[in-house]
Amino acid sequence: MTLNLIAEAAVSLLLILGGLFAFVGSLGMLQFKDFFMRLHSPTKGTTLGIGCVLIASMIYFSVTQREPHIQELLITLFLFITAPVTGHMLAKTGLHMHLRFITGTRGSLPELMDEDVGQSRFARPARPKPPGGLKTRREQLLKSRGR
Amino acid sequence: MTYILRYLPAPMLSLILLVTWLLMVRSTAFGQVLLGVVLAIGIPLLTRQFWLPFPRVKHPIKLLRFFLCVLGDIVVANLHVSLLILSPKREPHPGFVEYPLQVKDRLAITLLANTITMTPGTVSTNIRIDQTSLLIHVLDMEDEQQLIEEIHQRYERPLKEIFEC
Amino acid sequence: MLTVALWISLTFIVLALAMNVYRLVIGPDIPDRLLALDTMYVNAIALIVIAGLWFNTKTYFEAAMLIALLGFISTMAICRYLLRGDIIE
Repeated sequence: MTLNLIAEAAVSLLLILGGLFAFVGSLGMLQFKDFFMRLHSPTKGTTLGIGCVLIASMIYFSVTQREPHIQELLITLFLFITAPVTGHMLAKTGLHMHLRFITGTRGSLPELMDEDVGQSRFARPARPKPPGGLKTRREQLLKSRGR
Repeated sequence: MTYILRYLPAPMLSLILLVTWLLMVRSTAFGQVLLGVVLAIGIPLLTRQFWLPFPRVKHPIKLLRFFLCVLGDIVVANLHVSLLILSPKREPHPGFVEYPLQVKDRLAITLLANTITMTPGTVSTNIRIDQTSLLIHVLDMEDEQQLIEEIHQRYERPLKEIFEC
Repeated sequence: MLTVALWISLTFIVLALAMNVYRLVIGPDIPDRLLALDTMYVNAIALIVIAGLWFNTKTYFEAAMLIALLGFISTMAICRYLLRGDIIE
């Protein structure tokens, strides 16, 4: 009885914490002013949030079904391994596409070399310029809207 | 011994595959274990030419301690970022930092980059092709040198000890 | 107690999903939208796991697993396409 009560309290706490972290992660994505800052909150907050929810589910099923139930650990580990990789690739994409960052960003930003983008064992034909046309058109559009 | 290594090139990978399979089918019946063993032997053999040679882990206990330390830091990182998000009055000072790498091993560099992304206020953004430096975006930077020193002391040194000497 | 916690958690995650959709719509650049989608699938996993707790069934585990795998792979594919202009070469 007491065991069930303790487990229930732990599950409830983990669920609320998980929801809160996921919420804060998404709020940060909404709130920050440039792409690289927005990248911070989902990679950290949302991943920990989903980890909390999955562990809550693990405890709940282990207690109610009276047998160890560790399958959720698989998803948790997978997410914790892949979240930094996704963040790294997204940041690299942002650098490659020359996204603007807010003024006051310290440190110099090196230009990405062609071979920094990816390493290939084969010589490949010269690629046309990255989507410069799209960006200038967007900037013109933004300027015409007065932003 | 060489005979075993020929048909079981990566014992650790095989073990992980077997455990993953058993967790995914949620059963330990004999048939599932047999199928898991077949997969665990077959997949490393078929994908052998994709794998680079794995470095030897010299100190498993230090690796475990490193993981626990990182797990604690993930929670700290979340509280840190949450505070920054929930207090809109405080303006963060973002910045890019070029971090000189000292570890040379590919797996160690990957682990270091992932650790940096998961821990307080930093996201790794780019690795130079010659693997000499790592570009980091910092959410709220106070002092560049101090940050580099902290990453070096806290994460790179243990990794170096684990994989290299 | 569990029902209340489930409600609270569900509310937070639905709000998070709504904010992701907003970022997906207004996101000024393609990587912003990609980031919003990436966060959305992680939140969707949380939603599915909570649904599993709600209906007290384990059937949703496979769905969560599949979303995790496919979400990661598709994000990687789009990033690679934006970086190289090519996915498989």
